[in-house]
Amino acid sequence: MTLADPRELAAADLGTALDEVPAGPPRGGFRAALRRLWRHRSGKIGGGLVALIVFCAIFAPWLTPYDPLKLDMIDRLQPPSWSHWLGTDELGRDLLTRVIYGTRYMLLVSCVATAIGATGGILLGLLASAGGKWTDMAVMRIVDIMLAFPYILLLLAIIAILGPSLVTALVAVGVASMPGYARLVRGEALSVRESEYVEAMRVLGAGNWRITFGTVLPNIASPLVIYTSYTMPLAVLSAAALSFLGLGAQPPLPEWGAMLVQSRSFLRTASWVVAAPGFAIFFAILGLNLLGNALRDVLDPKART
Amino acid sequence: MSELLQVEGLKTHFQTESGLVRAVDGVDLSVNEGEVLGLVGESGSGKTITALSLIRLVSPPGKIVAGRVMFGGQDLLQASEREMVQLRGDRISMVFQQPKASLNPVRRVGAQIAELFIHHRGASRRAAMNQAVELLARVGIPAPERKALAYPHELSGGQAQRVMIAMALALKPRLLIADEPTTALDVTIQAQILDLLRELCRDTGTAMILVTHDLGVIAQTADRVSVMYAGQIVEERPVARLFDDPRHPYTRALLASMPVQGRVAPRLGAIPGSVPPPGRMPAACRFAPRCAVRAERNMTICTHEMPALYPVEGGVSRCWCDAPAEATT
Repeated sequence: MTLADPRELAAADLGTALDEVPAGPPRGGFRAALRRLWRHRSGKIGGGLVALIVFCAIFAPWLTPYDPLKLDMIDRLQPPSWSHWLGTDELGRDLLTRVIYGTRYMLLVSCVATAIGATGGILLGLLASAGGKWTDMAVMRIVDIMLAFPYILLLLAIIAILGPSLVTALVAVGVASMPGYARLVRGEALSVRESEYVEAMRVLGAGNWRITFGTVLPNIASPLVIYTSYTMPLAVLSAAALSFLGLGAQPPLPEWGAMLVQSRSFLRTASWVVAAPGFAIFFAILGLNLLGNALRDVLDPKART
Repeated sequence: MSELLQVEGLKTHFQTESGLVRAVDGVDLSVNEGEVLGLVGESGSGKTITALSLIRLVSPPGKIVAGRVMFGGQDLLQASEREMVQLRGDRISMVFQQPKASLNPVRRVGAQIAELFIHHRGASRRAAMNQAVELLARVGIPAPERKALAYPHELSGGQAQRVMIAMALALKPRLLIADEPTTALDVTIQAQILDLLRELCRDTGTAMILVTHDLGVIAQTADRVSVMYAGQIVEERPVARLFDDPRHPYTRALLASMPVQGRVAPRLGAIPGSVPPPGRMPAACRFAPRCAVRAERNMTICTHEMPALYPVEGGVSRCWCDAPAEATT
């Protein structure tokens, strides 16, 4: 029963190792995930749309000869033409230019609001899962209360406290998405904390802090990325809705929601004025959603197989 | 040999919906420096809970309700949680049954080993990584520099257990608790892992508690054996004595149920009945309902009074048969 030479042991072990190594890594690295995303059809389209938005946001001044804010009373409400591809609005501003500059606000909203929501929600969820019974109780009841409010009402309540502006809208959308994150994180974290590798870490002298941030958080990254891909379009839509209600970005900022509300009275006479920001929102949400679906397929081990 | 760990009257109970479960009910153990103590018993006898109780990692609803765990002159059951966190991994360490599940799936194994040096010893990242590679080589992992960068799913079960052993012994603990370290592995690899464990423990002077249900593993590895049944120690003897001359009827029945190479037995012995369910634990000797000796000699005391641990040759036995005459009257 005994093999003495350690090299022999190693060799024997390696022999079985080769048989046991699973074909195709189940999780693989970041790069492998990117490659799978690229091969995914809706990932390609969604990724392309989002990439286009990012490109527009960065290079806006070079993409158009016009100023998004400069008024031109002579060229008011021009239909699409070679000089104004999407036409002009009621104050003579080039709509394509405003749509292109609008990507900046859209990205700002989706990134900042989501970052606020994700950070706050993740911290709350981790606190609930790592703290004792009473911490968990307290945090989750607060989360329940927030979830009990209708989403828009919660947004309006936060804005009512802080006053309407673009920044407020960001904060409001962010805060309103915290409870969803908190609930997801708590659930996922609790199941990871039950796993044997966390038990093993405890046995080897890891404290609660190290387990929570060093082990639990990295292990719930996949569901978090997927959830984020769902909340991002929602954040964009919510922020646009708030602007439409006059509670978010204020005119004359070329924010799509604000553009919609300004021009809605011209819907019958100059439909392009409404169509431009409307379709912009539509394609942005479509892109984010397609990308999100693809991400779920690529990252969720249960959805694949 | 001086005593390293002494456990007295350890009781760990679980308050469940169907009542109080006395998973560990008055366990006494002792481990000397550098010794290998085998802790055997069938599934559900409380071996693992005993092991986890020693380092105070019984998860709720389990609770340690009584006893003393003396280690290095300190009662671990009285120590603060902070002291326990420092002690775990450093002076007492543990290896688990499922090596592949016991490694963090999203971190490279080298980093997981290195973390121990960084957190317990304050080593620099680079130095810790070098030590991790050295350790991997020490536990017989081929191409350790490369394997240090592997993720746990890229390892075989045997390699994963080697990594776990490397982690458990990284800081040269005084005591290693190995909970069924070979159960999940191939038979061919089992022997290698046991040899490795024993060899490394000998080199570092680490004592080991080997928890298992496999008497073959015990025979091969342990110096002394404690046999557990239904949350209690029923016999504790040096390994050779236990196998040559088992005293407690349960130990005898266990040994009889084991196939022996070279001897053709018409049938392996089975122990009639099963371990009593937690709610209906006999108040007297827990093995009495299944005990062949009691049935044969028609002993009434077995079902009326709990036997203590009585001295027998080289150790102790919890059986009225071994009780001195004055105790039975």
